[in-house]
Amino acid sequence: MKEYRTITQIAGPLVFVGKTEPVGYGELVNIVQSDGTMKRGQVLDTSDEIVVVQVFEDTRGIGRDSGIRFTGETIKMPVGRDMLGRILSGGGKPKDGGPDIVPEKRLDIIGAAINPYARASPRQFIQTGISTIDATNTLVRGQKLPIFSGSGLPHNEIALQIARQSKVPGSDEEFAVVFAAMGITKEEENQFMADFERTGALEHAVVFLNLADDPAVERIVTPRLALTTAEYLAFELGYHVLVILTDMTNYCEALRQIGAAREEVPGRRGYPGYMYTDLASIYERAGIIKGKKGSVTQFSILTMPGDDITHPIPDLSGYITEGQIVVSRELHRKGIYPPINVLPSLSRLMNLGIGDKMTREDHKKVSDQLYAAYAEGNDLRGLVAIVGKDALSERDRQFLEFADLFEGKFVRQGHYEDRSIQESLDLGWELLATLPEEQLVRIDRDLIRKYHPKYRKQGA
Amino acid sequence: MEVKGSNKGTLKRISGPVVTAVGLDAHMYDVVKVGNEQLMGEVIKIQGDNIIIQVYEDTSGIRPGEPVENTGLSLAVELGPGLLTSIYDGIQRPLEVLMDKMGDFIERGVSAPGLSHETKWDFVPTKKAGDEVGPGTIIGEVQETNILHRIMVPPNVKGGRIKEIKSGSFTVEETVCVLEDGTQLQMMHKWPVRVPRPVTEKKNPDIPLITGQRILDGLFPIAKGGTAAIPGPFGSGKTVTQQALAKWSDAEIVVYIGCGERGNEMTEVLTEFPELEDPKTGKPLMERTVLIANTSNMPVAAREASVYTGITIAEYFRDMGYDVSLMADSTSRWAEAMREISSRLEEMPGEEGYPAYLAARLSEFYERAGRVETLDHESGSVTVIGAVSPPGGDFSEPVTQNTLRIVKVFWALDAKLSQRRHFPAINWLNSYSLYLDTLHDWYDQNVSAEWNTIRAWAMEVLQKEAELQEIVQLVGSDALPDEEQVTIEVARMLREIFLQQNAFDPVDTYCNMEKQYDILKTIRLYADGAYGAQKAGVATAQIVALKAKNDLPQIKFTKDYKADLEKIVANMDAEFKALREA
Repeated sequence: MKEYRTITQIAGPLVFVGKTEPVGYGELVNIVQSDGTMKRGQVLDTSDEIVVVQVFEDTRGIGRDSGIRFTGETIKMPVGRDMLGRILSGGGKPKDGGPDIVPEKRLDIIGAAINPYARASPRQFIQTGISTIDATNTLVRGQKLPIFSGSGLPHNEIALQIARQSKVPGSDEEFAVVFAAMGITKEEENQFMADFERTGALEHAVVFLNLADDPAVERIVTPRLALTTAEYLAFELGYHVLVILTDMTNYCEALRQIGAAREEVPGRRGYPGYMYTDLASIYERAGIIKGKKGSVTQFSILTMPGDDITHPIPDLSGYITEGQIVVSRELHRKGIYPPINVLPSLSRLMNLGIGDKMTREDHKKVSDQLYAAYAEGNDLRGLVAIVGKDALSERDRQFLEFADLFEGKFVRQGHYEDRSIQESLDLGWELLATLPEEQLVRIDRDLIRKYHPKYRKQGA
Repeated sequence: MEVKGSNKGTLKRISGPVVTAVGLDAHMYDVVKVGNEQLMGEVIKIQGDNIIIQVYEDTSGIRPGEPVENTGLSLAVELGPGLLTSIYDGIQRPLEVLMDKMGDFIERGVSAPGLSHETKWDFVPTKKAGDEVGPGTIIGEVQETNILHRIMVPPNVKGGRIKEIKSGSFTVEETVCVLEDGTQLQMMHKWPVRVPRPVTEKKNPDIPLITGQRILDGLFPIAKGGTAAIPGPFGSGKTVTQQALAKWSDAEIVVYIGCGERGNEMTEVLTEFPELEDPKTGKPLMERTVLIANTSNMPVAAREASVYTGITIAEYFRDMGYDVSLMADSTSRWAEAMREISSRLEEMPGEEGYPAYLAARLSEFYERAGRVETLDHESGSVTVIGAVSPPGGDFSEPVTQNTLRIVKVFWALDAKLSQRRHFPAINWLNSYSLYLDTLHDWYDQNVSAEWNTIRAWAMEVLQKEAELQEIVQLVGSDALPDEEQVTIEVARMLREIFLQQNAFDPVDTYCNMEKQYDILKTIRLYADGAYGAQKAGVATAQIVALKAKNDLPQIKFTKDYKADLEKIVANMDAEFKALREA
């Protein structure tokens, strides 16, 4: 392999190399420093005159005396069955002191798009044991559902609880967890790893760790390595894979850093104009393929800068993912765990996975009614602040109390409290029963007669 | 094809989806084959010897020095029997064929014709030898699905006298008709996607596109051949609304462009449409549908092209004399694709990094809608409904603003409404339709002479409620005068009974004009009764608590509702009477 010593410019994570033979776009590059250490990079722009290489690691130590080797192939990742139970770096190197991965296959990490025609529709209900997700924002297999959170909120606890409790009721198919951390702190890592070890989840997990002090540019490849692994496990080996990506905000920051180094025209708030396409190439790698056994379900966590849901990162994510679970600082301050605010939360695939034969026939209507009643009660809080409780009508008072009950009983649950969907729905009915029956306009009378606690007690 | 100078060149630079070639004779928007793998691309800029090309497929691994070949043709679609029920990517490659050729994932370098060149179709001529035909003249028919596919003289063919016309079973490439000047006509012809197909005349849009959605047909109607925009922040039910329109609108042909949207959502459309029945024919909806699916992770240049591919297919069916509705979900993704390519070209950016020609491209696109007299003097229309996804729900951003300058109907989706599970989450205060005047007569003649009055009344009540709500927010509802408390109650009924519609309920998902009118009329009846009772001195609380009206919401979910409705009206009358006499 030819080694070039024709570096003309180094700027941030980018190395410009002149006078090369034709080099392929997207090719993997090895950079040999004068002291013999090797770093990796990728071709971002190639022409007769100049090749731009994006280095995945720190460029410290790279100089005009460093050698550049073009490998002639795009970035591939060795994958194999023995990856389960392993901890790898954000660049895919073993980090647990174990041996290298025995490759059964080497896959391109830029996954091709699944042909929409080959996709099967996701419709299998996943029970997370958390009422605000199961009953009101149901997750189904093959869905991509992010958690929109803010700094200092317990999104990691929620993600762990989901990873711990998720199951498809009445099924014991093989499942695996792929966990990719981008720019999280050592403390957070410890929290995740301790929980994985305690619950034995590590056995069927593959962990990729890019910590806060690892090179930012490496974060660009971490999620792609994780998803390539997940696709291999799902579509070649038939596992049902839950992918947890945290924190996508750090990923986007890295993207912006590279864009700035390339002197690109920035889009909104300095993020590159192609961020939507780039994020889509990550989030869209979830789903089910017709005739294949496995599935890839994605749970990504992102912290909204300044709790601003209109910030480009949550905004673009929300347009790609199939809904979002929004963690609320206000509920957190009230001491409610998990502080999931159902009002801005949404699961777009919910209707595919619920109802008769899947969860329960009253699921959709109960969920709609809970939403509507909570929204109304929540609005009234603003009014109470101005006119006081006494000025409210009897009906309004009932809705106001409902909102408090909803937060205190339905939203709030223990870290290890694993509610079945039946329990969550029954709990919903219990709360709805505090409202006058004629106010339950979203629910058919037949269902009210069948499930309303008042009638159920009579029947029993 | 005439070969000019050198139709072969070499690659000089590759930067993502944009590549530069040298030594190539090219014109703007020529289709070229790039690299050893012959990836499809299109010339988008010529700069001295440098020919800048956008490539419709992933360019990883392509090197400088690889060959580039110019086909000398523009990006075109194949038009003919076989379009219906097809699912295409952005450059009219059938996804089903791609799956057969390369498996579950979309690899690159595979070409596939838009129409099957093997399938035989039964061609029935409608013209005979000796007949004079011109551009766009219908010369025969093919029963494609339950839709009759009319075969026409391509608009760019001069026409003349028919020498010979055949009848029988042919592929789309076989000649079915020969003109006296020797021109051979096939069932298929190609048309460049960036060129609007010609028509005889554009007509005034004065017939509504009936959608079966109460808030749309009732309050903010769109005309056949009109343009509408649905802007909405994510999670406000934009996709559900568009899908409801695709399912239920009374267009004869539906073209649905999934432009840069979610893969799973496209799958939902793909699995649902073949199962759904067309409310008019009872046949699967898919039989009148053409789908274009270019998901967000498919190549960005093909996303740019997908909108043109879609509208060209829509225009083709319009030229047969059909009413076509085209849904583009979402035009924001299309605009972003333009932005992405523009920034790779290092063009001077306009507002928010979008290219300066954004407004021009958007208006060119929407202008391809319209109700027309075709070249064959039939009437046809293309209605364009574009979704816009404003970042952060901010309507002041360039794509929304430039779209609003062109379109005539605006259905403002509102995240607040969807959070309350008020669906369709279309805000009745911010939405508008500029077709109300042109459609006035149609409603007069086809629904009821009362319709326009009662519609105006409903809007007035809703507007009044918005004002009252501001007061209620401050002082509580009990502080309102009695009459206005009734207004609040009537507005609540309008919102909850008329405006809310459940897309997932088998009956409520489609509501015909007669039922829409009946529901509105009943609410009006209650309102008149209520104000009347109030004047007679009945207490407001009693009026608001009227029992009979509690049954009204159930009407929405009842198929044969007439008897029930009569009962409700009778009960209402009786109750009001009892109250007045008490």
